[in-house]
Amino acid sequence: METRKIEVPVMADLFSRGEKPEYLFWVGCAGAFDDRYKKVVRAFAKILSYLNVSYAVLGKEETCTGDPARRAGNEMLFQMQALQVIETFKMYEVTKIITICPHCFNTFKNEYPDLGGNYEVTNYLQFLNRYIDDGKLKIDKKSLKNISVTYHDPCYLGRANDIYDEPREILKKLTGNFVEMHRNRSFALCCGAGGGQMFKEAEKGDKEVFIERTEDALKTEAKVIATACPFCMTMITDGLKYKNKEEDIKNLDIAELIAQSLEL
Amino acid sequence: MTKQIVFSVTLLITLGIFAYTVNRLIGLFKLTRPAFPIKDFGKRFGIMMGVAFGQKKIFRRPVIGFFHALVFWGFCVILIGSIEMVIDGVTGTDKVLKCLGPVYDFIMASGDIFAFLIIISIIVFLSRRLFFHIKRFEGVEMIKKTHIDAIIALTLILLLMVSLLAMNIGYVKHNTLLNEEISGLYPVSNILAGLIGGSSADSYWVLNQISWWTHILTIFFFANYLPYSKHFHVFMSVPNVFLSRLDPLGKLPNMDNITREVKLMLNPDTAFAAQPADATVERFGVKDAEDASWKNYFDSLSCTQCGRCTSVCPANITGKKLSPRKVMMNLRERMKEKGPLMVKNGRDFSDNRSLLRDYISEEEIWACTTCNACAKECPININHPTFIVDMRRYLVMEEASAPGELKAVFNNIENNGAPWQYSAEDRLLWTKDLEINVY
Repeated sequence: METRKIEVPVMADLFSRGEKPEYLFWVGCAGAFDDRYKKVVRAFAKILSYLNVSYAVLGKEETCTGDPARRAGNEMLFQMQALQVIETFKMYEVTKIITICPHCFNTFKNEYPDLGGNYEVTNYLQFLNRYIDDGKLKIDKKSLKNISVTYHDPCYLGRANDIYDEPREILKKLTGNFVEMHRNRSFALCCGAGGGQMFKEAEKGDKEVFIERTEDALKTEAKVIATACPFCMTMITDGLKYKNKEEDIKNLDIAELIAQSLEL
Repeated sequence: MTKQIVFSVTLLITLGIFAYTVNRLIGLFKLTRPAFPIKDFGKRFGIMMGVAFGQKKIFRRPVIGFFHALVFWGFCVILIGSIEMVIDGVTGTDKVLKCLGPVYDFIMASGDIFAFLIIISIIVFLSRRLFFHIKRFEGVEMIKKTHIDAIIALTLILLLMVSLLAMNIGYVKHNTLLNEEISGLYPVSNILAGLIGGSSADSYWVLNQISWWTHILTIFFFANYLPYSKHFHVFMSVPNVFLSRLDPLGKLPNMDNITREVKLMLNPDTAFAAQPADATVERFGVKDAEDASWKNYFDSLSCTQCGRCTSVCPANITGKKLSPRKVMMNLRERMKEKGPLMVKNGRDFSDNRSLLRDYISEEEIWACTTCNACAKECPININHPTFIVDMRRYLVMEEASAPGELKAVFNNIENNGAPWQYSAEDRLLWTKDLEINVY
């Protein structure tokens, strides 16, 4: 077995060479700055490289989509960010975007069109599932075999955009033992981080939302809690720590599970 | 003839009071802001058939949802019978729709069966409220008045159904005893009629007439009680579903007035262009009832306080103050308080109170995770999160008020393009030493 170095293509470099990638891979702030989530982005970049996808990232030219500002009521800041991002996209003639973060995905797909930004926006789960359906990405139960896996639906993929099946189809290919939490799909409980909550203390209550949700996951007795959102990952991982379960139970992103199964 | 006159006068009074209510509501709607244009009638019709007539979302709770569906479908069928009663009452005819033949048999038979099923359902609903401890029916917003309102509405429905069956029993018995033809089929009433004795055709005629009047007068009273009750949803829910917001739940409505400002700011050429003549200074976001859109107000009038939204709200489940149901109830209450005074004294009227703070606290507003569980759950497609964010918009953009950590997030996004305090220069650090195994 050999290893090969991956150079992640950056939009500005490609353009200076007169090249244009098919996709813009939008890394997102969590992907760029959150140490845990960087591993997810790295796993996804490996998969993109493995699949020979023509893509590039914006790198230093990437900025916040404005989503957290909008949901926290700062419409002015959101729109300033959005118009700035749309300008950058215009400059690089972006037409197709892949996102990992469901919040970025939702904003690009549903909210940028109002401001003149129309793109073909694909979430990485839809993207990977398409490769699986086309037979170009073959995953099997090699790495997980019968390890039980449960899936936490991110609100911004599930209820917000009706993406429920893709993650489940992928996970069922990775494990023979997929278990649902009692609140799943459109009934799924939020991890507690949406709408700006990620960045602030929760209001006074008698429990943290992420603990309530982690308990849902623990009840399934799954060994792996699969997530598909940076905020959910922070919350569920915190929940596992709180419950002293971080040694026995892993919280992994679906991209990491795929990369693991492909032994990349 | 006397019956016709008495009936027509009663009907006119009923319609008169109803028209007064509708007119009053139109006045209140005029205070609200625009929402979205009503287009896509085909799509809307589809949603109405699925969510309203198909009771699709009610069935997200299958058991109790089934009982509600029985009541809803029963009401739809029985409505045809009520229309017939009004025609009969005004014109002096007797069962005027019997000319429909087999269709009439079908309508009457379904109405008769449904009346019985509704009685069972209402007994289930009443016992849930009176004898069981249902968490969904509790909360700070569920004061004694709201419980009494629910019991009154349910009792009225019970009275409607009992009188309908009694009317049918009287009719069936009377005509059987006199060997007269029976128009329509009444399977349940036939069985019930078989259980009671008595051979006086006259007394059954009296039973039929008393029940007929009880039924129709209860309908007239109910129709005018509803607009002032939580049970207004009987009228409002189907239109509310038809008028649903069609966007994906994840989408927040764009503030076009902000877009204009931001574009002016970003483009020096337009920065000095003249403002459009009709430009009025409008408050950003929602502070009070009149800042709500007509759809928010429609939602609040349609809400029947079932509490499905609150029961799935992550903030509420974990003991925070936020309750999406309360937000809708508060909007309706506040409009009831301030709206008529605004109609009377003009838009600038102020009573030094507002929806935000006097009804809904900032603590509630900031507890929302915008997870959309409430909107997904609402059986009649009420959208709470957009309204909650509208109140955040007011707080942030008009008062520069937000929890400290969020203000820091705003600063970070503005200064370094990320919610955290990291430099854009570091955005490619994750790509360092990235290797892939090659086989």
